[in-house]
Amino acid sequence: MSSWPILSLVTFLPLAGAFFCLIVNGPKEAVDRNCRSAALITSLVTFLISLVLWAQFDPAKASYQFEEKLAWVPALNIGYHMGIDGISLFFVLLSTLLTPICILASWESVQNRVKEYMIAFLVLETFMVGMFCALDLALFYVFFEGVLIPMFLIIGVWGGKRRVYAAFKFFLYTLLGSVLMLLAIIAIYSQVGTTDLPTAMEKLDLPFRWQCWLWLAFFASFAVKVPMWPVHTWLPDAHVEAPTAGSVILAGVLLKMGGYGFIRFSVPLMPEATQYFAPLIFGLSVVAVIYTSLVALVQEDMKKLIAYSSIAHMGFVTIGIYVMNMQGVQGSIFQMLSHGIVSAALFLCVGVVYDRMHTREIDAYGGLVHRMPRYAFVFLFFTLASVGLPGLSGFVGEFLVLVGTFKANTWVAFLAATALILGAAYALWLYRKIIFGELTKSSLKAILDMNGREIAVFLPLVLITLWMGIYPASFLDPMAPAVDKLIGDYNAAIKLAHTASLKP
Amino acid sequence: MPIGLESWTLARPEIFLAAVTALLLLYGVLRGETSAAFVSVATTVALLVTAVLIFTPYREGTAFSSLFIVDRLTATMKVLMLIGAAITIPMSRAYFERVKVWRFEYPIVVSLAALGMMLMISANDLMSLYVGLELQSLSLYVIAAFQRDSIRSTEAGIKYFVLGSVASGMLLFGASLIYGFCGGTAFVQISRALLEGKAGEIGVIVGLVFVVAGLAFKIAAVPFHMWTPDVYEGSPTPVTAFFAVAPKIAALSLTISVLMGPFKPLFPQWQQIIVVVSVLSMALGAFAALRQPNIKRLMAYSSIGNVGYILLGVAAGSEKGIQSVVFYLGIYLVMTLGSFAVILLMKRRDMMVEQVNDLAGLGRTHPMLAFAMMVFMFSLAGIPPLAGFWAKLYVFMAAIEAKLFWPAVLGVLASVVASYYYLRIVKVMYFDEPAEALDASAFGVNRAIAFVAAVIVAAFSLAPQPLSLVAAAAAKGLFP
Repeated sequence: MSSWPILSLVTFLPLAGAFFCLIVNGPKEAVDRNCRSAALITSLVTFLISLVLWAQFDPAKASYQFEEKLAWVPALNIGYHMGIDGISLFFVLLSTLLTPICILASWESVQNRVKEYMIAFLVLETFMVGMFCALDLALFYVFFEGVLIPMFLIIGVWGGKRRVYAAFKFFLYTLLGSVLMLLAIIAIYSQVGTTDLPTAMEKLDLPFRWQCWLWLAFFASFAVKVPMWPVHTWLPDAHVEAPTAGSVILAGVLLKMGGYGFIRFSVPLMPEATQYFAPLIFGLSVVAVIYTSLVALVQEDMKKLIAYSSIAHMGFVTIGIYVMNMQGVQGSIFQMLSHGIVSAALFLCVGVVYDRMHTREIDAYGGLVHRMPRYAFVFLFFTLASVGLPGLSGFVGEFLVLVGTFKANTWVAFLAATALILGAAYALWLYRKIIFGELTKSSLKAILDMNGREIAVFLPLVLITLWMGIYPASFLDPMAPAVDKLIGDYNAAIKLAHTASLKP
Repeated sequence: MPIGLESWTLARPEIFLAAVTALLLLYGVLRGETSAAFVSVATTVALLVTAVLIFTPYREGTAFSSLFIVDRLTATMKVLMLIGAAITIPMSRAYFERVKVWRFEYPIVVSLAALGMMLMISANDLMSLYVGLELQSLSLYVIAAFQRDSIRSTEAGIKYFVLGSVASGMLLFGASLIYGFCGGTAFVQISRALLEGKAGEIGVIVGLVFVVAGLAFKIAAVPFHMWTPDVYEGSPTPVTAFFAVAPKIAALSLTISVLMGPFKPLFPQWQQIIVVVSVLSMALGAFAALRQPNIKRLMAYSSIGNVGYILLGVAAGSEKGIQSVVFYLGIYLVMTLGSFAVILLMKRRDMMVEQVNDLAGLGRTHPMLAFAMMVFMFSLAGIPPLAGFWAKLYVFMAAIEAKLFWPAVLGVLASVVASYYYLRIVKVMYFDEPAEALDASAFGVNRAIAFVAAVIVAAFSLAPQPLSLVAAAAAKGLFP
């Protein structure tokens, strides 16, 4: 193991890039050019360092690796504790992968206030990575909520027509959920006297009633982030109004914060409440899966359609987590990773035509295959990945979740599976309307196919999607010990509570 | 009883400040109008020296037949208050020069107010409490109306004076009831009487309620907040900045020493009052400013909200609660001074402007200034990793540990509502198209203060520890 703090390096390196952008001065073109390059280089270096993490990660261990521990506020027993296990490893990689892609994708489409844009993205990356590495509740909260600041600005400054409304809705919705979680964190702190997560997991012993309250507080925060029906309404607005790269990060990483939070905090800290509330999660998720799929069918805006499909896909994730068996949880994590890549790519696909035509209306397009064959291929590839075609990443996650769910509850599995059909319906319908048919619209007659930069953006995503679909073991194996431990601890806690309640 | 040397040494910061203020007053009177620059610099230095004197060397104990007390808490509060007062004097120069009332009396009166606040903070007897409070209040009434040819400023002064007198009257009435039932005005006497069985007497409780009402007025807590928006809006902006920090710190310190000192035995009674006042303040601070177009009024409501959070720490009544109050006040001081430094730089065609919409497009026209203001706004909203988050975290930790669950829940919900209007300022600065640009200003005091404050607030997460140690040491004063 390397002795230097590699996790902190991955987390805070983007801030160095942001600082560089901050002090760059000179004529506008030079500043823009320098900031773009600086942001791209920093985020690429960050990505490379995070690959070192993967290379040095010991896949056989269930415990936290690359741990760093410093006293941060000793007076309050808050520590700076970082570490990753097999679950968080891939979320870190997902974040560091998507950031350079986002920066590359906004190379030409963002011409306005480039410097601030790059700073916002780099700061955002720091918060995202830090959040997935944090092993201290207070530290986690700082990163979790810190994300709101750059995202608020990204939507609000570089967004579409109703950007102000969308930015406020996004911020206030998420904040409302988060502050309740903050109180729950403090309540845990007042029980165990520290915010250190591993210590809290060991020592925390709450009566059932308390577990339920705390679970609900955490739920308020994560359910908004996931987002679960009925608190999902911020997502379509935020997606539609955000610039392309903002949507990519939003769908690719920010939504995962909710699912990750459930796995990392709700389940191990409040196992009995987890069991108690599982039917609630199933109910809400099934509604989300079916309802949002139906809503997606009638959308006229491409981004909105993909946003609703995200909610449906994330419904699978929450079901998988709460069935609490190996397939379910692994499937959920895999589904999150796959969705992180695929939906990000789909938003990028929308971005490609949006940059050319400046409209996202489905009716404005049609017959693009005649002018843009390469684009048609990429779009088809990711549409099928999103639908869950075997051999591509989407299939593995959905399949595992359904297997896991089937073991726990057949009806939930049955209802969730209907979404696969609906999903295929709306995704293929979208594809047909945009790509196929005659190229009749005069405005599209001169549209150009993807250029080299755009191909460079999509190429890594295509390869990863194939890799995840063909050989998922490279991803499932490292996370298996951690997931196994999570489920083992959970079952032990449930059993303990059960025997305790049987005693007179 | 002769007054021992010990008393004089304990009170030497106050004596120093009083002497210097008197000398500067003489100097100002003899030299006339031209002395303003020198007097203001000298007063700033004197206030800072006073702050240094408190801790070199630090001594604690009671003085003047127990009228006056120095402990860690009072010493820390005095330093915070003096820093606030000292910084607001140089902040005001440019403003007063423009409105042509740049006079030497202003720093003198500020210094007298600071002296009154020091006495308030160190009060250990209802008599010295009242004397300190009145010295402070009378000075504040004067500077509220300092821009005397402006109708709004004089109106603010009159309003403040009339309502402040009512509050003083309530406080006096409460004090006399307590004196009547407890048989003394010294805090130790009251405490002893309460412990010996006077606690249940209705007269004492009524007295306590009146005292708390008077104090609530001074810290602008709901339902005694009505003067705040008008006075904040009407007073000259630098005076508003001063009001928002120094008197708040002093009155909150006084509130703590009264409630946690002599009235400790009545904790269950006053806790109920403080919780209600706190929740109402948080709620009003959040809702009332939602559509507020004037930034000074907005800051008034924001300060009411902040007092609500601080009172939640007081209501906890624990060591951690007091720590959280000191911690919060330290951060509040920096955020508020920074925000007002930006507000003082808002001028267009050499006229001060104070509408939120005047900030439109500041992110393009003055990027650094807008960035600083954005940092303050997110911090006031309590968003991590900025300093304001830690302040709220500390307070809520204290509240949860004291089992104040519902007030804490209402508090965080109010903070979500309040974040709307802080965000609105960010939105106006960054999302809106630039209006006519604000005047470019040369690098001056206010720019420097805004910049330093923004750096402190933004980088606070790197080292929250020192302030938390200060807070912990201060709270030790009450929980030896």
